Amino acid sequence: MRMISQVGEWLDRRLQLAAAIRETAEHRVPRNTASWFYVFGSAALVVFMLQIVTGILLAIFYVPSAAEAWNSLQVLNHDITMGWFLRALHGWGSNFMVAIVLIHMVQVFLFGAYKFPRELTWIVGVFLLLMTLGMAFSGQVLRFDQDAYWGLGIGASIASRVPILGPATVKLMLGGPIIAGATLSRFFALHVFVIPGLLIALVGLHLLMVLKLGINEWPMPGRIVKRATYTAEYEELVKKDGVPFVPYAVWKDIFFAAFILLAVAGCAVYFGPFGPSGRPDPTIIQTAPRPDYFFLWLYALLSLLPPSMETPALLIGPVVVIFALILLPFLFGEGEKSWRRRPIAVMSILLIAVSLGTLTHLSGYTPWSPHMNAWSGDPVPERFLKGTTALERQGALVFQVKQCRNCHSLGELGGQRGPTLDSVAVRLTRDQLIRQVIQGGGNMPAYGKNLSPAETTALVAFLATLHPAGQTPARNASLEESQTPVLPRHY
Amino acid sequence: MRNEDTISRRGLFMKLGILFNGLVAAALAIPILRYVLSSITGAQAKGYLGWVPLGHVNEFPEGETRLATFRNPVVMPADGKTVDTACWVRRIEGEQFQVFAINCAHLGCPVRWFAQSGLFMCPCHGGVYYSDGSRASGPPERGLFEYPYKVKDGLITIQAGELPTPGAPSAALDSERPPCA
Repeated sequence: MRMISQVGEWLDRRLQLAAAIRETAEHRVPRNTASWFYVFGSAALVVFMLQIVTGILLAIFYVPSAAEAWNSLQVLNHDITMGWFLRALHGWGSNFMVAIVLIHMVQVFLFGAYKFPRELTWIVGVFLLLMTLGMAFSGQVLRFDQDAYWGLGIGASIASRVPILGPATVKLMLGGPIIAGATLSRFFALHVFVIPGLLIALVGLHLLMVLKLGINEWPMPGRIVKRATYTAEYEELVKKDGVPFVPYAVWKDIFFAAFILLAVAGCAVYFGPFGPSGRPDPTIIQTAPRPDYFFLWLYALLSLLPPSMETPALLIGPVVVIFALILLPFLFGEGEKSWRRRPIAVMSILLIAVSLGTLTHLSGYTPWSPHMNAWSGDPVPERFLKGTTALERQGALVFQVKQCRNCHSLGELGGQRGPTLDSVAVRLTRDQLIRQVIQGGGNMPAYGKNLSPAETTALVAFLATLHPAGQTPARNASLEESQTPVLPRHY
Repeated sequence: MRNEDTISRRGLFMKLGILFNGLVAAALAIPILRYVLSSITGAQAKGYLGWVPLGHVNEFPEGETRLATFRNPVVMPADGKTVDTACWVRRIEGEQFQVFAINCAHLGCPVRWFAQSGLFMCPCHGGVYYSDGSRASGPPERGLFEYPYKVKDGLITIQAGELPTPGAPSAALDSERPPCA
């Protein structure tokens, strides 16, 4: 023990840091900030450190070459002792980091912490969020598999829509005119040097400001922030009702840090590493690329936006969002901090959470994508065929063979791109069915060129049987009763 | 002695030092910027487009659409399999072809051909195209990208070398079809 303190004294004689460290550790914080709500910032930092350590450890085996990266991931997964675990830790650490950063941001927003004098802390935080997302995307690229390859294609397609600078941006992003070796190398440089370097610098700045300006006090309804008086009030609060950060507040951070690390490790052990999926070979086209979890909402949005709105939304949307986040502390730098008195703030968070949650949920079963194998994989349920005529059965065959099934479901099997056809005969008359099939319309391609008259007749005969028992099919009211044959219903 | 108008010897040296550093930085910045932007400028200078063979015309029956693969005209040692690309070849009749890029005109996912319904479908966001590449439905704002092609001595070649993207269809993809088309 004496030895240790002697070494400590020897070091401090030269470094002269002990006083500053003690002062930092014991700086006073308002008593009620020693709360479980205040642990997310430090948790984000802890996961970031985990990412640095696991990232460096992965880099000692990973080969950042388009020809070798995928193989080196297979080696890590299967041949290197605990290689799979390190990959899983890094992958799950990434998911946790994005989640914790978002939770931290929501907490800070609801507690009004972005208000005077902590505007710059918030703005730096916005850039930290963007960089965290940048790390998540570039990390997905380094897992150089099919999803990464086609994901880069999607990124390039988006970047190419920038007016004037689009083509140059794509070449700069890809390192050339196509996705190839140079692309992976530059994403490696971004993921391993550029963004982490900026992250470390900005995290330092972010923390420095938290220390210099003091942690945001627990917001009390009615305690209004005013630029003229806030600093004096805060100092008074810390003096009257403050406690040293160590150990009064820090123990919760320490416990939560351990809990989060345990959760990351638990997910890593239980779920294992992410991918890699198929080889990054562009000649293998039997693939339906999907982004990683935190970009799924974007995947859904890009499918659901009307085509004409897509480019403006893609190019202007992010700019608007980033500007709004940066302007927030300037527009609302004073006033009420408590979420209890800020209904619009609470509603905004709920709206954003519900929107992102819904889009993410939708991307789980992609109703907008044709089911590429439904026509050959999903049979027509038996009940739709019972008691049908030869012509109607021929129509059911046409229905399958012409891949109608890829977009239309029957009996809850098949694609959901188009409406389900279980009761289409109730909605459309025979003539309307023929017109819809031949000419298309709405979101449906025209099949006129690909159906012979006989096939069309059979197909429409089958479709006209699709109505629930006891419900009459649609009929053309302008025709005589005798001219609209009512077909028997069979299920 | 001092007043605001005069400048001290040390002050002058400091300013000259900063100026000197600025000049050195500018001199260094030019080659560094050229290096960083080489993927934009260099590629254009060298000409990254080239004619690559897809195969003999007999491999593509008339009235059908078949998958073909080709190797990018420019290949670097670390590219691996990424330089091999697929495309859809539609032989209309005789030496009349259409060669479609595999990339959906929406966001670049690989489209698949369904011969029975005569449609290309994209697995990502549900873009659909007719057999001649024109847009049928879904989010794409245009038809499939087409490569310029040539048929010579029974061999079909296409001009390739750039990832086709919606904002910037490559110079090749925009160019006029050769007269043999």
